[in-house]
Amino acid sequence: MLRGRRRMECTLDAQSLISISLRKIHSSRTQRGGIKLHKNLLVSYVLRNARQLYLSERYAELYRRQQHYPDGAPLLAMPTCPPPAAAAPPELAALPLPADTQDREARSCGAARGGAELLEAPVCAVPPELQRAPCRDSSPGFYRAAGSAGPGGGGGAAPGPLYAAGCDFGSGGAPHCSSRTTVLDLDTHVVTTVENGYLHQDCCSQCPCCCQPAPGLASPPPAPGTKRKYYPGQEEEEEGVEEGEPGGGGVAGGPPFAPCTKRARFEEYSAEHPQDSSNISNLISIFGSGFTGLVSRQQADSEQPLNGQLCSKQALASLGAWTRAIVAF
Amino acid sequence: MAVVAKAGGDGGGSNEVQWCFLQVKGAIDEDVAEADIISTVEFNYTGDLLATGDKGGRVVIFQREQETKSRPLSRGEYNVYSTFQSHEPEFDYLKSLEIEEKINKIRWLPQQNAAHFLLSTNDKTIKLWKISERDKRAEGYNLKDEDGRLREPFRVTELRVPTLKPMDLMVEASPRRTFANAHTYHINSISVNSDYATYLSADDLRINLWHLEVTNRSFNIVDIKPANMEELTEVITAAEFHPHHCNVFVYSSSKGTIRLCDMRSSALCDQHSKFFEEPEDPSSRSFFSEIISSISDVKFSHSGRYMMTRDYLSVKVWDLNMENRPVETYQVHEYLRSKLCSLYENDCIFDKFECCWNGTDSTIMTGSYNNFFRTFERETHRDITLEASRESSKPRAILKPRKVCTTGKRKKDEITVDSLDFNKKILHTAWHPMENIIAVAATNNLYLFQEKVN
Repeated sequence: MLRGRRRMECTLDAQSLISISLRKIHSSRTQRGGIKLHKNLLVSYVLRNARQLYLSERYAELYRRQQHYPDGAPLLAMPTCPPPAAAAPPELAALPLPADTQDREARSCGAARGGAELLEAPVCAVPPELQRAPCRDSSPGFYRAAGSAGPGGGGGAAPGPLYAAGCDFGSGGAPHCSSRTTVLDLDTHVVTTVENGYLHQDCCSQCPCCCQPAPGLASPPPAPGTKRKYYPGQEEEEEGVEEGEPGGGGVAGGPPFAPCTKRARFEEYSAEHPQDSSNISNLISIFGSGFTGLVSRQQADSEQPLNGQLCSKQALASLGAWTRAIVAF
Repeated sequence: MAVVAKAGGDGGGSNEVQWCFLQVKGAIDEDVAEADIISTVEFNYTGDLLATGDKGGRVVIFQREQETKSRPLSRGEYNVYSTFQSHEPEFDYLKSLEIEEKINKIRWLPQQNAAHFLLSTNDKTIKLWKISERDKRAEGYNLKDEDGRLREPFRVTELRVPTLKPMDLMVEASPRRTFANAHTYHINSISVNSDYATYLSADDLRINLWHLEVTNRSFNIVDIKPANMEELTEVITAAEFHPHHCNVFVYSSSKGTIRLCDMRSSALCDQHSKFFEEPEDPSSRSFFSEIISSISDVKFSHSGRYMMTRDYLSVKVWDLNMENRPVETYQVHEYLRSKLCSLYENDCIFDKFECCWNGTDSTIMTGSYNNFFRTFERETHRDITLEASRESSKPRAILKPRKVCTTGKRKKDEITVDSLDFNKKILHTAWHPMENIIAVAATNNLYLFQEKVN
């Protein structure tokens, strides 16, 4: 809060707006009186607006890099490329090897929970599989992170794409980058070291279990309108909590939210990665109409003026992902 | 153009109302206890009683002094009439949630007998309180002594009829009804119907209709909760019954729209009868467009022909017969538009300002920051900015108009936007139903101002 009088200055930076917004959502969980639905809804609108700007800036940067490095530096956006297959990006089908999957899971976990901090993580390396698809423009990285973030649960949807944006566009010369960043997840106290695109998670001794997503990936997406079920291995929550206000018990009401499962699930999942079609449909259900909107938006990006304040109706429709962030809380 | 006669004003109606200080209630300390922060202010139907609720769950009722020959100057002063604890903090064990005791709204019922009734609500529970006076006491009981002890029956040798003797006035507040367990989300509004038998309560997603006599049942009349919470795009922010038509109510949304519903047309009013929305100006789009368009208050005019809505930067008056745009728009503090980012950071952008009409619907009032509040005269388009401060709190001192400097050059007595104190906000104001007396809540202080009488 402003104390007394202070100069009213603020940098209208998308990234800082995103981190401020996430911090607000996070702190609302501990506020007296419970989650304020109205305020969190408004914050989610700001998050979405800032995300649009952030992504459009990234696309612009990528496009500029493409102009400079036309000989195919990995994962550079080519907005003029034919768009990925509608609704079922093939690169998701060609999901990386189990080793990478494991990392992806771990990364998604961090993405799911770390929020703002991860925006600063310049994860640069990209698994070689994806590098072979240069024409995928921003989508592979985006979808990958979307894939990893999605099943991570309600909290994951929000930061997921942001993470992708930061991750894959962070630097042009990816594969040999050996940067290393350590981030602390405020929710789980998990310390995550990001190095060469591989995530190492060091759990605090206090944290009883590691934060891991993944059970969601193995399950079919919830049909819209049905009560959300919790996956086996998670605690049973009262039905009433789901029906009731968001964030009631902390985890209620949202889509599959996998707070803490045993590490063993990693190995389980990696054997199951062939179930990619269900992953994809899971992703789509999570992003709803906004997902399709984003797909088509990438085509249009090169034509659109990069006005940070422009929010297309399509993009506005993808509020669902952000609302889930609220609901999951 | 019709001449609007102002209540209590001079005959011509062409002179501006001048406000002067009447009273201030509350502690002077710089250190404000959070529980003392006033959260709602409401005059009753006659204006003789003024109720305030605070974050600590207490209700304080002030009563206007009657004019007496012995104290002519104290006419119009409001003094404490009753204080009681309306709501206590609660804990919902099922959801592991604390329920705040803060009083969100108070609404008076019209007086029907010697006692006064009001509804007060926190986030979850509405209570009907009876405030009654006791100025007589019965004496001369047969079975008990004067101090209340029971007498031995064999000591009763003769019978007498107890008599009523005068006593010092005592004002008692007792809870008569508790309307609970009907709201999953946070209650933001209550509104008494013109039939004086029913009232509505609104939370973020639902509006319920109650009968004042029935506490174990309420009817849901509006439900905007989507089947899939992911699809949630707006919430209900305020609701009010029409002052004359007991079947009509309106509710405002976080998207800046107002829906008017008719309970005669269907039991569940999810379908609106009228939909009020002003098209957005695309050139003013920003990150915070959704936040500043969210309506924080909606109030019908006394006539019932208009309604007024308050969003973050403006007040709009709507004609109920015209849905596509407001008939009047008043900018409250447009200079904040370029500061929205900072206001978002410090959470001020979420402040919910209220607005109110004067008795004749000629003037509207709303609050701002730095303890400023503004009145707008609708016919003359005159507006004024005043400040509720201790400095200008001398008896019958005329309030000096304030001005915020929006350009580079600051004139004398102007205040720059950057020096505004955003911790001092006036969210709650109330206007006497018949006279030019206004109550302005400034954090933990209640200021009363009266029109200057020559």
